Amino acid sequence: MAEIERETETPAAEEKIAVATQWQLMWWRFRKHRLAMIGTVLLLFFYVIVIGADFLAYVDPNESEAQRSLMAPQPIHWMDQGRFAPYVHPLKGIRDPKTFKRVYKPDLETKVPLKIIGHGYRYKFLGFIPSDLHLLSVEGAKPEETLFLLGTDLQGRDLWSRLMYGTQTSMTIGLVSVALSLFLGILLGGVSGFYGGGIDTVIQRIIEILRSIPTIPLWMGLAAALPGSWSVTQVYFAITIIISLVGWTELARVVRGRFISLRQEDFVMAAELLGCSQGRIIFRHMVPSFISHIIAATTLAIPAMIISETSLSFLGLGLRPPAISWGVLLQDAQNIQALAISPWLLISSVPVIIAVLAFNFMGDGLRDAADPYL
Amino acid sequence: MRATTMETLPLLSVDNLKTYFFQDEGTVKAVDGAGFDVFPGKTLGIVGESGCGKSVTTMSILRLIEKPGRIVAGRVVLRLANGKEVDLTSLHPDGEEIRSIRGAEIGLVFQEPMTSFSPVHTIGDQLTEAIRLHSKANKREAHALGIEALRNVGIPNPERRIDQYSFQMSGGLRQRAMIAVALSCNPRLLIADEPTTALDVTTQAQILDLMRDLQNKKGMAIMLITHNLGVIAEMADDVVVMYLGRVVEKGPVDAIFHNPKHPYTRALLDSIPNINAQTRVKLPTITGSIPHPYARPRGCPFYPRCPRFMPGTCDKEEPVLTSVGDRQEASCFLYQEGRDR
Amino acid sequence: MMNGISDTIAPNSSPSVLLDVKGLRKFFPIKKGFLQKTVGHVRAVDDVTFHINQGETLSLVGESGCGKTTTSRCILRAIDPSAGQAFFKAENGKTIDIASLPRRELTPLRRQMQMIFQDPFASLNPRMTLLDIVGEPLLIHGEKNAQKRADRVAELLRMVGLRPEFLRRYPHAFSGGQRQRIGIARALALNPRLVVADEPVSALDVSVQAQILNLLLELQEKLGLTYLFVAHDLSVVRHISERVAVMYVGRIVEMAPTADLFSLPRHPYTEALLSAVPKPDPRLRSERIILQGDVADPSNPPKGCYFNPRCKYATDVCREQTPIQEEIAPQHYVSCHRAKELSLIGVAK
Repeated sequence: MAEIERETETPAAEEKIAVATQWQLMWWRFRKHRLAMIGTVLLLFFYVIVIGADFLAYVDPNESEAQRSLMAPQPIHWMDQGRFAPYVHPLKGIRDPKTFKRVYKPDLETKVPLKIIGHGYRYKFLGFIPSDLHLLSVEGAKPEETLFLLGTDLQGRDLWSRLMYGTQTSMTIGLVSVALSLFLGILLGGVSGFYGGGIDTVIQRIIEILRSIPTIPLWMGLAAALPGSWSVTQVYFAITIIISLVGWTELARVVRGRFISLRQEDFVMAAELLGCSQGRIIFRHMVPSFISHIIAATTLAIPAMIISETSLSFLGLGLRPPAISWGVLLQDAQNIQALAISPWLLISSVPVIIAVLAFNFMGDGLRDAADPYL
Repeated sequence: MRATTMETLPLLSVDNLKTYFFQDEGTVKAVDGAGFDVFPGKTLGIVGESGCGKSVTTMSILRLIEKPGRIVAGRVVLRLANGKEVDLTSLHPDGEEIRSIRGAEIGLVFQEPMTSFSPVHTIGDQLTEAIRLHSKANKREAHALGIEALRNVGIPNPERRIDQYSFQMSGGLRQRAMIAVALSCNPRLLIADEPTTALDVTTQAQILDLMRDLQNKKGMAIMLITHNLGVIAEMADDVVVMYLGRVVEKGPVDAIFHNPKHPYTRALLDSIPNINAQTRVKLPTITGSIPHPYARPRGCPFYPRCPRFMPGTCDKEEPVLTSVGDRQEASCFLYQEGRDR
Repeated sequence: MMNGISDTIAPNSSPSVLLDVKGLRKFFPIKKGFLQKTVGHVRAVDDVTFHINQGETLSLVGESGCGKTTTSRCILRAIDPSAGQAFFKAENGKTIDIASLPRRELTPLRRQMQMIFQDPFASLNPRMTLLDIVGEPLLIHGEKNAQKRADRVAELLRMVGLRPEFLRRYPHAFSGGQRQRIGIARALALNPRLVVADEPVSALDVSVQAQILNLLLELQEKLGLTYLFVAHDLSVVRHISERVAVMYVGRIVEMAPTADLFSLPRHPYTEALLSAVPKPDPRLRSERIILQGDVADPSNPPKGCYFNPRCKYATDVCREQTPIQEEIAPQHYVSCHRAKELSLIGVAK
């Protein structure tokens, strides 16, 4: 019997590390990356908005009223004579003596109490649970006439509510594109890297050709080819497919690179020599080794998708009204004159920047933590 | 008369050097009180296994330690040609003084010649850069000196080789080129950190031969760091044995190999496969393995694996280097307080 | 505490041959240009012939590029040889030529030949527990019962000197020496007859090398294993092998029982190799044979004997004709034109 090693006491902490899976090790490393943690928290916050967009909005986003056009944001007053009693000022319609137009100004004498979690317009939570609860509502008045947290746009639609729904769309369209790219990327990248040879050459050349096509003209062309009669949803999905058509190439290259480097690893050769089937080698040995890298690469690909959708819609080639997304909201900001008078129209650029930064920070943290064994 | 006095003074004196790495998970005491001397014209061999701190010692001497590592104590005294002494630990790590010492007074040869050379510069570029950094030679003069340097290390066709890139040369030639760069400014001390570990045994013989030859020609001192006891036996005049950041034994090479006093040195020498040995006889081994740097044993670092472990003594305090022979010292409680076994 | 010294393992006296390699060749094509035309070949393994007896250890020793690793991979069919045969005596008594066996028929044979790798850090999948790693061969070859697998894994871990409680741990919790033990346990899981050890101690600390070498010797005696040991360190080879084959640029230049090869080499390269090894004894510093130049390029080897440009005994015939392998003494083979007339120096006994 070979001599069993004399072991000094194993402290509990060491034991914990010894049996830690790669995900635990990754998490421990990820936790140390402060920016990444901040990014993750921000993203969680965003996705809460995505799920609860209906709840967070207080007015139907498509409810328009020309006379309420381009209203400035009205603040919430939190304290009423020393007590916590939030209220807003309603708007009063006054006829401007000079232009004879009806303008709306806040009525500073009247106070409309604000209710945190109250009733409002009806909607279906998650698409099937009917409800009418909203985060904010007013008592004794109509929210569309009193609440203007972020002002209104040219058509008099409340921007806060529109922003909630816009977030919902923009944050999910990126996910759908990425999922599609992921599938294509892993499939084609994997085949390319694992088999090599002729197939590899062909796929790589296709990738190079796709990547060398300038994206905006490509998208413009494809988007212009979409029939104008398509419904909002159909356009939505068509756009996601278009964006992922080029997006998969990045992931395919990463996957291919990993396959090629993994093929040379000793433990893969050891598995072959044990008699492992090719399937087992791929799924049991190789895939777990690069899956963390894929997650990191994917996370870093999402912001590109978000920006793609936002830019396409901004140019009028992506989603169009009545669909609501950050890009659609920014379309209104194209009018310089309107923008000069009502700068709050640019508000939807803020979540774009925050979301993209948050994804990048999180992706950076994931990528640094991705190979905990290095 | 004066020459003799100068020769017996050490060229480099390391005194109680401590380099710690401060990491989130804990502090790694990579070097924990190392001390030794390098004499002009002689070779000091530093031997130890992984985690013993020999490479960190080298980096500390040349002030190449980066965060989260730091020299926390000790002195490294270099005696310059004019007799002046400089404590390298007191110099600013990026300052002009240390940079004028690196290359000109102390040359360094690394283990991996492939990564020590820039892949986008020719050997000549790097050679002439070294020469011009430490002398007033112009480009043409430096180029000529570079060719001479390559010739001196036995590279055939140096005029052609000087314009080649490192990847165009074999491992042995690259290491020779590395030595040429290190010696280009005629340093008085050459530090070689595992210079032959990545080379084949016949190439290793060539390089060791070259180093000895150059030492004889130029009278320079060599500090040779390796885990290979055969190389130490071949090259060193004096030996320092390190374990877990401390010097456990030091002395003349013959004494270390034929009369080792520290249990670790003894066990190490017994456990190496010997080309003269009988075939298929089991080797004596040292039980267990080197402790994790975060889990240093209290007291003498070797006690968990020591066949002469004395409970109550070895696990309580750290031993200090005591004289066990003519210029030989060991850090072991067996020899402290006059207990000689 | 130190292990007992002077435990001599008796050499196996049974002469039945387990592996008989004849004329093995592996050439890698060199492709250049846009159309990837083959402009030459790297002759990594160039007509290698040797045999290993059951229960014996044969070492393949040589410097980088000599083809020893490629040879071992060809035998295990990790790569396919270009030509030649490798006759293996299987469990059922039949002799099979591994080199020409179609890939799909290899799987049952894989049980009988296994490999121990050089790099203890790269040879274990860091994302699998010890139970998974050592149990995988059992799973693939039919042991479906999880408890039985776990028991066998525990037994194997004990056999290599690791505590069975470590089953749930991952490789990152272990030192280099311990990981190498895990690799050995994995290799032994299916009771192989032939174990190819590819530089199993080169990446380990000196004090750990001795532990692993002892373990390998013990396991050989206990389980009746046959080792093909690939190494570059002659001291290690001295300790573990009964017979040694020295390779240079894809060819075997000398092959002999260990004691004979080390004390009385018959090939100038062997002599130079033995002379170049630094001996751990300062009193043995002597004039060494320093070879000139570099190892020959396997894609463009010299004419005649591959070693001739560096050989201090080379004559005209060496530069013209390739030497053939001859048995110059019982069991002692050498490929050198001048073997009979040269008296070369070995190392002291």
